[in-house]
Amino acid sequence: MAATTEPEVIHVRDLVVGFGKQTVLDHLSLDVHRGEILGLVGASGGGKSVLLRSIIGLIPKRQGRIEVLGMDLDQTTDQTARSVGRRWGILFQLGALFSSLTVRENVQFPMRENLDLSESLLYELATAKLEIVGLSAEDGDKFPAELSGGMTKRAALARSLALDPEIVFLDEPTSGLDPIAAGEFDRLIRTLQQTLGLTVFMVTHDLDSLHTVCDRVAALADGRIVAAGSIESMLECEHPWVRAYFRGRRARMPVPRLN
Amino acid sequence: MTVTASKTMDRASGSGGTRPEERLLALDVQDEHLTFTAAGTWAGERGRELDQLTSAPLGGISPPKIVDIDLRGVERLDMLGAWLLERLFRHYTVGGSKVRFVGLPERYRGLLEQVHDVNQQMPSPRSQTHRLLNAFEAFGRMGVGIKDAFLVFVSMLGMLGCAAARALRRPKEFRLTSVVHHLYRVGWQAVPIVLLITFLIGCIIAQQGIFHFRKFGADAYVVDMVGILVLREIGVLIVSIMVAGRSGSAYTAELGSMKMREEIDALRTMGFDPIDVLVLPRVIALLCALPVLAFMGSMAALYGGGLVAWLYGGMSPAIFIARLKEAISITHFEVGMIKAPFMALAIGMIACSEGLRVKGSAESLGLQTTTSVVKSIFVVIVLDGVFAMFFASIGM
Repeated sequence: MAATTEPEVIHVRDLVVGFGKQTVLDHLSLDVHRGEILGLVGASGGGKSVLLRSIIGLIPKRQGRIEVLGMDLDQTTDQTARSVGRRWGILFQLGALFSSLTVRENVQFPMRENLDLSESLLYELATAKLEIVGLSAEDGDKFPAELSGGMTKRAALARSLALDPEIVFLDEPTSGLDPIAAGEFDRLIRTLQQTLGLTVFMVTHDLDSLHTVCDRVAALADGRIVAAGSIESMLECEHPWVRAYFRGRRARMPVPRLN
Repeated sequence: MTVTASKTMDRASGSGGTRPEERLLALDVQDEHLTFTAAGTWAGERGRELDQLTSAPLGGISPPKIVDIDLRGVERLDMLGAWLLERLFRHYTVGGSKVRFVGLPERYRGLLEQVHDVNQQMPSPRSQTHRLLNAFEAFGRMGVGIKDAFLVFVSMLGMLGCAAARALRRPKEFRLTSVVHHLYRVGWQAVPIVLLITFLIGCIIAQQGIFHFRKFGADAYVVDMVGILVLREIGVLIVSIMVAGRSGSAYTAELGSMKMREEIDALRTMGFDPIDVLVLPRVIALLCALPVLAFMGSMAALYGGGLVAWLYGGMSPAIFIARLKEAISITHFEVGMIKAPFMALAIGMIACSEGLRVKGSAESLGLQTTTSVVKSIFVVIVLDGVFAMFFASIGM
């Protein structure tokens, strides 16, 4: 496959995105390499989610170029755009599970639409994905409204993995979870990234997540990426916002990395 | 003896795969040693072929001692492929064979290990129940449902009564602003559509009356029909049905989404009763608005009837009004208007109690809104029938 030769799975150049008179992203450039976990940090309301949504094509851009898996989504037909869409999975901040379907049906939904599979195999696969993210087969029969916060995140992760994507976008995966659950979720992401060979693009606020699972961190401030690199290089960065974030009162000693 | 599953292969290769000549799974049998050779893309897009190939790989041959699954030729493996391999593995392990994976690419080792633990408890097949029993069960549940609906209605009436009593005792706590706001929405904003629809209904009744009464030379009596029908029944009934569809559904959807977002729980924790704050103002607004709308609707229907009698039936407005005065009395008008507040109460209570019964999901919101409108219209029509019998028996 041609995709394995190019190292950057997401390639963003000079991206400008805004709403009305406000410019949220101002000539932003960012690369995500194959097989890494990239953590994106930034102030609340600073455009992290906007960047994620522009990359997956939910928000139109004003200028610039975005290539995902070597394809510029603006210049492809709907057909190719859809086929690229099958190669990524998205975990929305609030899960975005379809409330009228059970958890298992939620996971089956992308498979049912995109793949030609028998009903029994769909059942087995959906249960397999649920168990891999740490839910039980019985949880599959519940409706999203009956799940706790952590279970919702896990179910949403299982759905984002339904089509065995190459890239997974996670929008604040650990927000709203207690530190233990958040730590477990981080470990889960790390394990899945290693066994499934995923590239993970993670928007997060969680310093622990950044320390433990992210291979690389990108800091978004003033509408552009002001620093990108390992967590150690972040600690040395002199940009005032990055300094305040990584060396502020709430930042603490690095936790040992998971591997 | 050497058997290759070539027949299955042909079927698999025909269905638009990436490489038609690629053999996904080949089988080699030597005495009690089975060798599967997997190759190519073991991923979602070939799901159905792979499923068929691995579901019934061997029928009727006694379990082999050793099964080797050769994975050297596999170019891509995803979770679907891994699960199917695992399923094959379990199939032979359960049969007492020793199963080995040969030449597993290192990058896929973790994936195979991960699917090894899943799906350990297969679902027990659903117990088949009797169809007749199911019908009885559904019938029984329906009965209980009707009882529950009645209880909900009665408890809402009680809670509203208490809330109204509290408001009377402490008028300062009564939410007048909220009432006015809802009055504007369900009353004032509903005026144009109510006038238009009732006007058209009046026109249609008059036109039909003239058309058919003319055969007996009785077209003058169309005035009696329009007058009595509109004032006693149609005016209030049509307006109530419209209000149930227009405002009742809005009440249910509003309260339901507030319930979904825990706003109602928030109100409770702050020491407010949602009945006082949300339901009572809405019901009172409806109680004020519906009689006014019913009156306006009746007038619009009479106007429409008069207009058609003039333009289509050739009856001058002066004659129409003179005949109308003879045909109707204040009783007819009273009979119609007395019903309006009761209709309003029924619609408001059903709409609000259905709204408060919404659960977490979007589907439940839709279901409750539908139920609210269907129930309100049903109750409005039943009430109308009850009133008709009542007024007939007291001679009004």
